[in-house]
Amino acid sequence: MTRFLAWFALIFGCLYFLLPLVGMAEFSLKMRRGEYSFDAYRRVFEDPTFWATFSYSLVLAGATIVMGVFLVVPTAYWVRLKLPQARPFVEFVTLLPLVIPAIVLVFGYIRLYNTSSWLPLTGSALGTDFLLTMGYTTLALPYMYRSVDTGLRTIDVGTLTEAAQSLGAGWITILGRIILPNVMVAVLSGAFLTLAIVLGEFTMAALLNRPAFGPYMQLLGANRAYEPPALAVIAFAITWGCMGLMQLVTRFSKHERAKA
Amino acid sequence: MAKGPIRRDARRLPLEWLGILPFAVFAFLFLILPTLRIVTGAFQDQAGGFTLQNLMDLNTASIRAAYWTSIKLSLYSASLGCLIGFAMAAAVVFGGLPKRVRSPLLTFSGVASNFAGVPLAFAFIATLGPAGLITVWLRTDFGINLRAMGFNLLSFQGLVITYLFFQIPLMILIITPALDGLKREWREAAEVLGATGLQYWRMVALPILFPSILGTFALLFANAFGAVATAFALTGPQLNIVPIKLFAQIRGDVLGNPNLGFALAFGMIVMTVVANTVYIVLRVRSERWLK
Amino acid sequence: MSYLAIQHLEKAFGSNLVVKDFNLGVEKGEFISLLGPSGCGKTTVLRMVAGFERPTAGSITIDGQEVTGLKANARNIGMMFQAYALFPNLTVADNVAFGLKVKGVARTEREARVAEMLALIGLPEMAGRFPFQLSGGQQQRVALARALAPSPRVLLLDEPLSALDAKVRVSLRNEIREIQQRLGITTIFVTHDQEEAMSISDRIVVMNAGIADQVGTPFEIYNRPTTRFVANFVGTLNTFAVQVEDAAAGRVRLGGAALTLPPGLAAGSEMHIALRPEALRLGREPGYETVVRGTVEEVHFMGSIIRLRARVAGESVVLDTFNRADQPPPVPGTDVEISLSGKDAIVLNG
Repeated sequence: MTRFLAWFALIFGCLYFLLPLVGMAEFSLKMRRGEYSFDAYRRVFEDPTFWATFSYSLVLAGATIVMGVFLVVPTAYWVRLKLPQARPFVEFVTLLPLVIPAIVLVFGYIRLYNTSSWLPLTGSALGTDFLLTMGYTTLALPYMYRSVDTGLRTIDVGTLTEAAQSLGAGWITILGRIILPNVMVAVLSGAFLTLAIVLGEFTMAALLNRPAFGPYMQLLGANRAYEPPALAVIAFAITWGCMGLMQLVTRFSKHERAKA
Repeated sequence: MAKGPIRRDARRLPLEWLGILPFAVFAFLFLILPTLRIVTGAFQDQAGGFTLQNLMDLNTASIRAAYWTSIKLSLYSASLGCLIGFAMAAAVVFGGLPKRVRSPLLTFSGVASNFAGVPLAFAFIATLGPAGLITVWLRTDFGINLRAMGFNLLSFQGLVITYLFFQIPLMILIITPALDGLKREWREAAEVLGATGLQYWRMVALPILFPSILGTFALLFANAFGAVATAFALTGPQLNIVPIKLFAQIRGDVLGNPNLGFALAFGMIVMTVVANTVYIVLRVRSERWLK
Repeated sequence: MSYLAIQHLEKAFGSNLVVKDFNLGVEKGEFISLLGPSGCGKTTVLRMVAGFERPTAGSITIDGQEVTGLKANARNIGMMFQAYALFPNLTVADNVAFGLKVKGVARTEREARVAEMLALIGLPEMAGRFPFQLSGGQQQRVALARALAPSPRVLLLDEPLSALDAKVRVSLRNEIREIQQRLGITTIFVTHDQEEAMSISDRIVVMNAGIADQVGTPFEIYNRPTTRFVANFVGTLNTFAVQVEDAAAGRVRLGGAALTLPPGLAAGSEMHIALRPEALRLGREPGYETVVRGTVEEVHFMGSIIRLRARVAGESVVLDTFNRADQPPPVPGTDVEISLSGKDAIVLNG
């Protein structure tokens, strides 16, 4: 009886999750009347705005990842090594983005950094891009920090540092040559998740009026019928691809460790 | 080495805190300050003086309705998400299913919980929308007309169903470790003492899991309350929920009172902070029990 | 028929036969230990008696009633687990009352019984505490009270002391034995610790690779092991190769000295015998007719017992002797005389 109920629950759940995915894939192929085709996809790939917004979001994702790494890795390292009493503060901060909704945050940014404030970021395109990147970094912060922190836990940070120092290395060398390579797996894991988050993000980009992929998708959704599902398929494929790469990277590192 | 260690420490202390300065600056500029700005802005009038007027101005029919709808939306999607997510997690952990099912389910849950936003809305429109796969299939093959039965995806119910796509996986991801934590010996001890499976669940397992379940419910509630992208893409600016109202207010001052936006945002912060605090408190409590 | 009768019990996991043709009769009120190394099947046997595993063959009968097909919650059995398994969401009192509550016992009766049980284990003041507030030893005593509260017919203990520290282990095992005797409840105790098994059991079943090698009292198991495995597993053993002089008369030669074993030995020129550490006496002693020479290698002063390692007849042997305040132990390197007797020799077959 239990097993029957269990299968029922599982299959019901699977149906609920698979049907929308199937639906969006199927719909995206229906552009040409009467037959399945990739017309919707072709339209999307021929749209210069698609490439413009997609590359814009990619660039920002890259910037976010770099910012995240430079912010999180030294901090997590420092807290673990020298400043364990700062841990509660740091962990509280990394939980804040999960508590404060993105819309509230970006509202705060707009009010705080507008043209009449002490840091007029929204006055220029570049300034707004910078602000958006910072916003993305805060969204990705919880995941990046948790990932790197877990990665640091598995290596003996204290001993590695002392060994490097005894060989004459300075902090930058230690972080760059010793710590970072050893938590690369965790960093990559966080990076892929960041990529997925940034590419799909809508709220912050829309309210800051930047030509990102999220607002582009929404605009298309309001005006077109078949291209939106095609975009959804692409977005889902990218998210799944990122997760898959995360898993691959984690499994690859385990083999590496085992061999060594 | 033993020369004046106290003095060495006192001089050392500020230097060590320098290490997290970049992080602190970032957190201050892009997390703490914006939040504080909202909180203070909610209590400021046009001239900058202290006022409770903004919060009182929230008391219009439209905004009250928005809060009520948001609360209902979050309650429904959180409850259903908890129930279905629990059922699926329990099925995988206890249901006697093959072990190979567990890992793909958890991986997929990780993906699905991040698939919120605009693409998710598109996927559901393509499936349950007016011209969606399932809608058409039900109409042509079974003669079931969803529209006539009162179902419309671009509505409150549709949004609840869509939200479940990321609520259920989130529940699965959080509750599965808690289910794993139910020791096999508890079940066996209960059985040997004469309890049936149902009695075990009623008297031991569910009480043990209750803080986790309630806490996750609170988390799911907060998650739904703050979500805006999916709603925007699915129902557009028409559906009257708080995040959408705030979105419209930020885009252009549709409410005619710039400080009302602060009040709205402040209300959102209060909701999500309370819900998350409930989650954390219950998490800590249950972990203490299961030491 | 015995109170608890296990007949031809067998359990296979896939193609792996974990318990093979296990037979045991336990009398009412008896305390039996299942002793053996990990993987010998002792826990599996216990779990089959409890009802958590279904035997592939064989039957289990309690007080005349066949329970083999019954679910665990219908067998009226009490059980203690290695990991205590107290319900973390219930107080001590509620834990102990659990079996009674499930049975539908009225509240006043329940509370009286709980108070009785808590007094039995000596923890009446802990009634309102939660398991996480108790030490390991206290939790296990509560687990005992919980198991006994519904007055089960049989008590099963699955290595209940393994997770505790040494001192608590000793005091708790005595407490368990004392309560068991007072209540007269039939008990099966699973352990891999032979000292534990020997000190509190009425009888011991030594298990090896799924079979019961020997069933007997601690005295029998220790002094008259019937298989080599039992002889080796229980206690320390000194093995000697001896040359057979007269098989019929039982005369053999050990390290140059003559030794008389029980007559009727197997034919052959050589055989193996074993002697316990306390059977090798330091110096000459009346009653131990054979004397051999040896050299002391190590001396371990353990308080009341002095354990010596000596080289005798080419073998390194362990010798136990009692401490005597007027006689310091020999130093390593000393040549000593060691007396032994043929009546203590354990003949090893194969």
